Amino acid sequence: MPIVFEKPQGLTNAPMHYCPGCTHGIVHRLAAQALDDLNLTGQAVGVAPVGCAVFAYNYFNCDMIQAAHGRAPAVATGLKRANPETIVFTYQGDGDLAAIGTAETVQSACRGENITIIFINNAIYGMTGGQMAPTTLPGQITQTSPYGRDVTKTGMPIKVCELLATLEAPAYIERVSVDSVKNVRAAQKAITKAFQYQAQGKGFSLIEVVSTCPTNWGMTPVQALAWLREHMLDYYKLGVYRDRYAGEVAA
Amino acid sequence: MPEKVLMKGNEAIAEAAIRSGCRHYFGYPITPQTEIAAYMAKRMPKLEDGCFLQAESEIAAINMVIGASAAGKRAMTSSSSPGIALKSEGLSYLAGCDLPAVVVNIQRGGPGLGGIQPSQADYFQATKGGGHGDYHMAVLAPSGVQEMFDLTCLAFDIADRYRITSMVLSDGILGQMMEPVTFPEEETLNNAVPVEKSWALTGTHGLRPPNIVNSLLMDPLELERSVVERFARYGEIAARETRWEEMLTDDADIVIAAYGATARIAANALQAARAQGIKVGLLRPITLWPFPKAPLLELAQRAKAFVCVELSMGQMAEDVELAIRCQKPVLRCTRTGGVVPSPDEVLAKILEAAKG
Ligand SMILES: Cc1ncc(C[n+]2csc(CCOP(=O)(O)OP(=O)(O)O)c2C)c(N)n1
Ligand code: SF4
Repeated sequence: MPIVFEKPQGLTNAPMHYCPGCTHGIVHRLAAQALDDLNLTGQAVGVAPVGCAVFAYNYFNCDMIQAAHGRAPAVATGLKRANPETIVFTYQGDGDLAAIGTAETVQSACRGENITIIFINNAIYGMTGGQMAPTTLPGQITQTSPYGRDVTKTGMPIKVCELLATLEAPAYIERVSVDSVKNVRAAQKAITKAFQYQAQGKGFSLIEVVSTCPTNWGMTPVQALAWLREHMLDYYKLGVYRDRYAGEVAA
Repeated sequence: MPEKVLMKGNEAIAEAAIRSGCRHYFGYPITPQTEIAAYMAKRMPKLEDGCFLQAESEIAAINMVIGASAAGKRAMTSSSSPGIALKSEGLSYLAGCDLPAVVVNIQRGGPGLGGIQPSQADYFQATKGGGHGDYHMAVLAPSGVQEMFDLTCLAFDIADRYRITSMVLSDGILGQMMEPVTFPEEETLNNAVPVEKSWALTGTHGLRPPNIVNSLLMDPLELERSVVERFARYGEIAARETRWEEMLTDDADIVIAAYGATARIAANALQAARAQGIKVGLLRPITLWPFPKAPLLELAQRAKAFVCVELSMGQMAEDVELAIRCQKPVLRCTRTGGVVPSPDEVLAKILEAAKG
């Protein structure tokens, strides 16, 4: 029988703890597949965040470290500066990357650190039970915005790709989603390109993945994907925000 | 011939780090430790694999140290009191991850923004942990520029050997002071035999299972076991690495306890008191953690009283009382906020102790 579907070598056999229908699992797979495809898994060092992906160190089949909340890009900086031949990536949620870790995110991008950041934007704090995130949409109900996010008091959600695209140094910034087969394919391409850029020494890449949190959104996985398409993609527009080497590299 | 040069305490720390094989320094500007970063900024780019990086904050700097250390390299950061407060989260993670690191605190007055004059008010923060959770750092307190050099070298060795953070705890007096330093011959540095770091994150290259550096243990029994194991290691450090210096303690009725810059002032006062016929000695802790409890307890059997000289409201004094089990009175000769006591002030306290 021909093998039609295989788990990437870049993932371990540990059962994932993510809720049913959560997109974290898909993105793990995409990252692992990208490393495999580029033959980089053996060189990879991953940084797990504080958030639902905190146990990522059990799932990626490469050297891993678990960082304090928001500090992953600084830890990645130290790892990469100490061993430039390793392929260093962080995997972070929106609370981790765009709230408590804003300084580390912006400054590592500003320095053009030769690292890859995979950023899961699910518009909520998942692990702590569904509080408002910097990416929570206007009017969105969460545990700490029970009447809907009031933008007159909390401002508008942060668009991380647009924010970082104002900086000179980043090599590659793209926003993707994993809500459809087509978008999953595009996300795979983007993540692979980001790792390829790092391997080529091109500098900082960030791939934002517009994601779901069915559990804390109070929806079924199918409803959550529909909500993502209907509400998130309008505010968080998919696309390439920076590609310093567009056309140079065939991804 | 060993090299001998005149340098500032802060520069001696930086040079010691480089000679100990540290090639990764991450810092954020703050007075009175700036010379360390300036020295590293000059030297690191000229060294093979040398990395000097000015981080966006002390928080980022300590996390960069975490990354470089996890990658298996000797890494250091330096700061002063308010910056060390920001590093506390990272210090706790370093402990939880069993990562070696060297952190320098050139203390200034506090709390809050405080002042920029010398202080020893971070004693509790350094010796009792500083960050959250059950843990310790090895805390080394130099009292001269040569010791700034020597103890920084030792800090790296202790860090690697026991997978612990070593803190060099000093102050603005010693940081700015210029004294001659003799560099040891290359091969006499303790780190001639580097410690094997099989746990380092260097990529599996398909040759071994992944290494994981992590401080998260959700099972309370597992977390407890890891902490208990770490404390067993702390016990080894206490047994092997406790260091102190005694001066004229053999016949001492009064024992001064002082570390760092204040030990020098105390030594002056001691000479003046001896000239007046008062039998006074000095015990200078070199490691503040582990604390030299045993020699203090032994001295308490002969001495009448202790005098603690500190640039704080009396933080180490509490450890002296604990060490001697409150068997003898412990007088405080303390100045704080960046004020330094004169030898006369210390002498007055010795005379008060001698009167009983
Ligand atoms: C310093 C610190 N503050 C707060 C927390 C608690 N905490 C754990 S996970 C989390 C939110 C993570 O949310 P996000 O980054 O959006 O990731 P998600 O769980 O949605 O994947 C918080 C606030 C912590 N562990 N450490
Ligand atoms: S809480 Fe949300 S983000 Fe976390 S695993 Fe469950 S669905 Fe995914």
